[in-house]
Amino acid sequence: MEKKVTKDDLFWVFIKSNFLLGSFNFERMQAMGFCVAMIPILKRVYEGDELKKALRRHLEFFNTQPFVAAAIMGIIGAMEEKKANGADISEATLSGVKVGLIGPLAGVGDPIFWGTIRPVLAALGAGVALTGSLIGPFIFFIGFNIIRLATHWYGVQYGYTQGTALVENIGGNQMRFLTEGASVLGLLVMGALVAKWTSVNMPLVISEYTNSAGEHVVTTLQSILDSLMPSIVPLLMTFACMFLLKKGVNALTIIVGLFAIGIIGYAIGLMA
Amino acid sequence: MTIILLFIVAMIAGMAAVLDEAQFHRPVVACTMTGAVLGDLTTGIILGGTLEMMALGWMNVGAAMAPDAALASVVSTILVIVGHQSIGAGIALAVPLAAAGQVLTIFVRTVMVFFQHMADKYADEGNYRGIEMCHWIGLVIQGLRVAIPAVAIYMVAGTDTVNDALNSIPEVVTRGLQVAGGFIVVVGYAMVINLMNAQKLMVYFFLGFLLAVFTDINLIGFGAIGAICAYFHIQTMQMNIDIEEAAKTGGGGGVEGDDIDDSDLM
Repeated sequence: MEKKVTKDDLFWVFIKSNFLLGSFNFERMQAMGFCVAMIPILKRVYEGDELKKALRRHLEFFNTQPFVAAAIMGIIGAMEEKKANGADISEATLSGVKVGLIGPLAGVGDPIFWGTIRPVLAALGAGVALTGSLIGPFIFFIGFNIIRLATHWYGVQYGYTQGTALVENIGGNQMRFLTEGASVLGLLVMGALVAKWTSVNMPLVISEYTNSAGEHVVTTLQSILDSLMPSIVPLLMTFACMFLLKKGVNALTIIVGLFAIGIIGYAIGLMA
Repeated sequence: MTIILLFIVAMIAGMAAVLDEAQFHRPVVACTMTGAVLGDLTTGIILGGTLEMMALGWMNVGAAMAPDAALASVVSTILVIVGHQSIGAGIALAVPLAAAGQVLTIFVRTVMVFFQHMADKYADEGNYRGIEMCHWIGLVIQGLRVAIPAVAIYMVAGTDTVNDALNSIPEVVTRGLQVAGGFIVVVGYAMVINLMNAQKLMVYFFLGFLLAVFTDINLIGFGAIGAICAYFHIQTMQMNIDIEEAAKTGGGGGVEGDDIDDSDLM
């Protein structure tokens, strides 16, 4: 009798895919989470020794962006189903597909979700939250989760129906277009945020005089900077941070350093 | 009652911090929930918005681990609301708390190696429930690593010793931290930009910067402009690919005109 994965099984894979990172550890990272998410399919198509072997092979190293992992679960689910029905798919092929997809999918998922969607929605939500409005947290939470759950759901479904055909698509141009397109949008918004949602005020007085009309004119460091290029200081700070991060300096160290700049700047009257 | 709700909220934030799925651990959500439980929703939302700006680039990419937003958000909200501290003090406390939370999660992630090997044994027995148990235990420990410190600090916050310690922070420090709060977010922007890691796309970053400096376009406008730029960028990519392919199939010529001429001759 042919072994068939049911709609219910795929639904439970979708639910469990939401807990992929629950048991993250330094040895095999998301291995247990991946295995647990595959269990609804594995116990449907295998039993006895076959089940033991299947459980064991999905406890091997796994680590990718957690939302796109759902697509890998769908693909591997389809392959396991075929294998259980006698298709010639070796353990090495399964591992190969799994490990082979980790890199390209993380390469698409990281810039889209962590690089674009989350910071943009979080910045939007935080901006509204600063006014004390509950709408801020809701914009971020609901907006992000709709996108996230849709990715999980369609990832499992699409991965399962497309199976290995999807493996070839991922290497194609479509994914490159998606990644670069998202990066363009993300970078443009980041550029805007550097200018809009930072505040540096340098009220240090450079010159002070009374002009011919009898008006008192005060030139501060900030007014000079503003006449050249407003927001130039946050822009330069951003570049400095990018440089330090590339050098491998810890983000928390940089944050402590910026706090020190703020405290010293305030103490000597350079910043306010 | 408050203490039970606080425990639950801290558990949810701690579990979300490792999962990185629903984002209950992000400051703008975690501080809001904690504020609601402690009876001062507005303070929670404002502190959450402030910390969120700071934490914008804290993300788990590959094997790299973000500073812990969950412990930082929950505990600093407790100290601001129950300990009657300023938002500025809350920001100051969030950074060492995020580092402490990171140490705790590193500890849990190391302990989980033991459960990983336990799961191997269950797999050899075909006991999938055992594997699931190992997995859920990991998640619960991750919740407790935030919930236990949060409840402990809730119980001592507001006592004279803690208040005296917090109030002894000099004014120049709290004011200076608020000044830094205006630009601390650049670290987050820098992390996000580095993640994209595309030198040739930086022109779009400068476009966004200049438009923001010299116009009054709001963020929704920038999203729309970004989408249009992305559209044109993809068109250009497609065009370049087409030209490359034409160059390959068309022999030495490389331009579409050549192909047409060839077919005419035939």
